[in-house]
Amino acid sequence: MKLECKHVWEHISEYLDQQLDAQLLKDIENHLENCEICSAILDSTRNILVLTADDRTYELPVGYSERLHKRLEQALREKEDSPGSPA
Amino acid sequence: MAATAEQEKDLIARILGGDVNLFHELVRPYERLVYVTIFAMLRNEAESEDASQEVMINAFRHLRSFRGDAKFSTWLVTIAMNEAKQRLRRAKAAIHESLDEEKEEKEGDFTPAVLTDWREIPSEALEKKEMREKLRAAVTQLPPIYREVLILRDLEELNQEETAAALGINVTLVKVRLHRARMMLQKLLAPYLKAAAPARKGFFGRLFQ
Repeated sequence: MKLECKHVWEHISEYLDQQLDAQLLKDIENHLENCEICSAILDSTRNILVLTADDRTYELPVGYSERLHKRLEQALREKEDSPGSPA
Repeated sequence: MAATAEQEKDLIARILGGDVNLFHELVRPYERLVYVTIFAMLRNEAESEDASQEVMINAFRHLRSFRGDAKFSTWLVTIAMNEAKQRLRRAKAAIHESLDEEKEEKEGDFTPAVLTDWREIPSEALEKKEMREKLRAAVTQLPPIYREVLILRDLEELNQEETAAALGINVTLVKVRLHRARMMLQKLLAPYLKAAAPARKGFFGRLFQ
């Protein structure tokens, strides 16, 4: 089946997550081979998602872990007798 | 490295049994998960750090209510997301903005940006710090119902079922919102991606310069 660009766009997310059924996948891949516009959209979206998952995009503040465990230490000490009981 | 589910269960049992100091060990693999989830929602370092500490303390205090039918990490990220949303709502209420952020947008434009003359982006361009900053800014620009799905699926890389469970919505809604979130993000970032790609040097490039 010949697809229109708009129809392809609706399935970009499922395409990236490899959730398309075989027939639709084939139709979309055929379309992508011949359509620069849809290929560019797919390519740019994929780049964005790679960047989103990259550990360096979101970094922890320096000293975060030390401060966290210090504060936890206090909380643990307060509740040492009855952990897990309602606050 | 996160402990296996079995090791975690064992740790939790020992903590509940009184060996509370093991809680440090239990949550250490998830420090980043909690902070990044909250920071991506709020984009304020100091507040996100404070919220992360609150989340860990709450997780400790309510550890007994962890049922063990979900993964511990999913349980923890649910608490983190709820804390972030609560703080967002509080901030919104403080500036008297409308609170109907939960409403599904039926009429929104969720089509991607069309990039004509698209060139493949060189990896050096994507490596640039500015691009990461643009991305973080764009994520916080998404309406919260889309932002939260994108964070759990594409940043924390939870699967669809875990995301649905953490947000208390069904899998179909996760898919719909994720698609919309990704398309909105593509639209917001397309201009920068395009700027990062080298200009076309052929005939048309010369013609339109």
